[in-house]
Amino acid sequence: MTATSTPPREAVPQQRVRQRPGDRIFAGLSTAAAVMILVILAGVAVFLVWQAAPALVAAPEQIGGESFWAQVTPLLFGTVLSAALALLIGAPLGVSIALFITHFAPRKLAAPLGYIIDLLAAIPSIVYGLWGVFVFAPAVVPIYTWLNENLGWFPLFAGPVASGRTMLTVGLVLAVMVLPVITALSREVFRQTPTLQQEAALALGATRWEMIKYAVIPYGKSGVVAASMLGLGRALGETMAVAAVLSIGGGITFNLISNQNPATIAANIALQFPESTGIGVNLLIATGLVLFVITFLVNFAARAIVARTTKG
Amino acid sequence: MSKRIDVSDLNIYYGDFLAVEGVSMAIEPRSVTAFIGPSGCGKSTFLRSLNRMHEVIPGARVEGKVVMDGQDLYGSDVDPVDVRRTVGMVFQRPNPFPTMSIAENVLAGARLNSKRMRKSEADDLVESSLQGANLWNEVKDRLDRPGAGLSGGQQQRLCIARAIAVKPDVLLMDEPCSALDPISTLAIEDLIQKLKSDYTIVIVTHNMQQASRVSDATAFFNIAGTGKPGKLIEMADTATIFSNPTQKATEDYVSGRFG
Repeated sequence: MTATSTPPREAVPQQRVRQRPGDRIFAGLSTAAAVMILVILAGVAVFLVWQAAPALVAAPEQIGGESFWAQVTPLLFGTVLSAALALLIGAPLGVSIALFITHFAPRKLAAPLGYIIDLLAAIPSIVYGLWGVFVFAPAVVPIYTWLNENLGWFPLFAGPVASGRTMLTVGLVLAVMVLPVITALSREVFRQTPTLQQEAALALGATRWEMIKYAVIPYGKSGVVAASMLGLGRALGETMAVAAVLSIGGGITFNLISNQNPATIAANIALQFPESTGIGVNLLIATGLVLFVITFLVNFAARAIVARTTKG
Repeated sequence: MSKRIDVSDLNIYYGDFLAVEGVSMAIEPRSVTAFIGPSGCGKSTFLRSLNRMHEVIPGARVEGKVVMDGQDLYGSDVDPVDVRRTVGMVFQRPNPFPTMSIAENVLAGARLNSKRMRKSEADDLVESSLQGANLWNEVKDRLDRPGAGLSGGQQQRLCIARAIAVKPDVLLMDEPCSALDPISTLAIEDLIQKLKSDYTIVIVTHNMQQASRVSDATAFFNIAGTGKPGKLIEMADTATIFSNPTQKATEDYVSGRFG
């Protein structure tokens, strides 16, 4: 409706909008919820900065001989590497499962498979950790040995192979953990692909896969990116599974199958916290602040990507 | 490239539900055949069975024969994907791919089958298809802009350009003007007149004036009641259907007494 086609408004006397109690209550509740989440987030940020400050300004001698950044860099590296591995493995797998459920599986199989994937999200992370240590890590040792023997010249697989509690194992365990969220969200966006778009592709003589490439994936792309970012958030912050599985040696290395691995920030906090006092606690909280900032940056980056790709 | 279609005793089912019963007709090449009838009478379902698009719905199946130039489209060795490459389709609402540019939309079908095309070939195909759809002059300066930015009527002509870019033998149109304004409708009707020299065209329409304006032959479908199958009541030259039909139901429908 354009301005020119509507009759002049001034003639109508301004009527007071009636306030309905239901509207006001609901508006109040949802506003309160929105404000609360901001307050909580601000509270966490303030706590982190306040508690981290002593460690950030401390001289290297006070916090164990090395400067803060020298200590946090390997942790940051380990955190990003493990999360990146998880996403690299988990995202394609999750998207493939979602496509299978929405476009390939017979209906009788699709629903149960969806439930099973959702169930994976309900398993506590320590269970994944224990499974990783006692079942998965020993099971992959032969594969790592093979990789080391055949591709040992490649820095990722330099070895030596020992227990299997390696960065790659952590990446795989985390991949399983991020799978449910990526699969569930991708499934929902793929399911909402307009029929008209799918039929447009099919009517041109597209095969099932070509139809997915033309209609389903472009439609779901921003949703998949958002789903991957939620998964990445989980992988970055995962504590117990990493703490249980990873054999930590410190230092920055891309060697994925040895027992000398950099720790991750979250796992490091969990492992060190019980034995820390005084400025040691501040130091751990400062690393937490770094993780907080990184997670924020990743989310902003993801939003920027989504905004740019959906503008077209 | 234009082909004749012979349909004999076609029953179309969705699961156990018989949607269309016992249709036999001959669709002539290089002509426009219109399907008219009240809503729910199965004319769209029947149209979609001509390129096996109704199979998109789980449980859909047919009995009977659809023969195009001697080949049964429902033969056991016939791939529906190949059928759809020779029988193109335009839908009720324009549906260009929203993430693709105008040129990419036109090339979408031709690029299927992982076919590689040289740039000059692709440019020629874009131009000839858009010319064929009477859209070239309106979009030639903005081929790299998104197809979704065009007006509804232009989008529908873009969809026609996309359909003819794969060089089909037959073009099916499922109420192609029902979402368009009268001017855009006129543009599409002109285009249909032009396209019939090269293609066999079948159009479903709710608009009887449109059927009488654009088509050479008209088929009237009707349904006895809810839950009953749709049937072909009568098919003849468009002039005959609208002036001197043999069936009472056809006469009632075209004279506006029901439907």
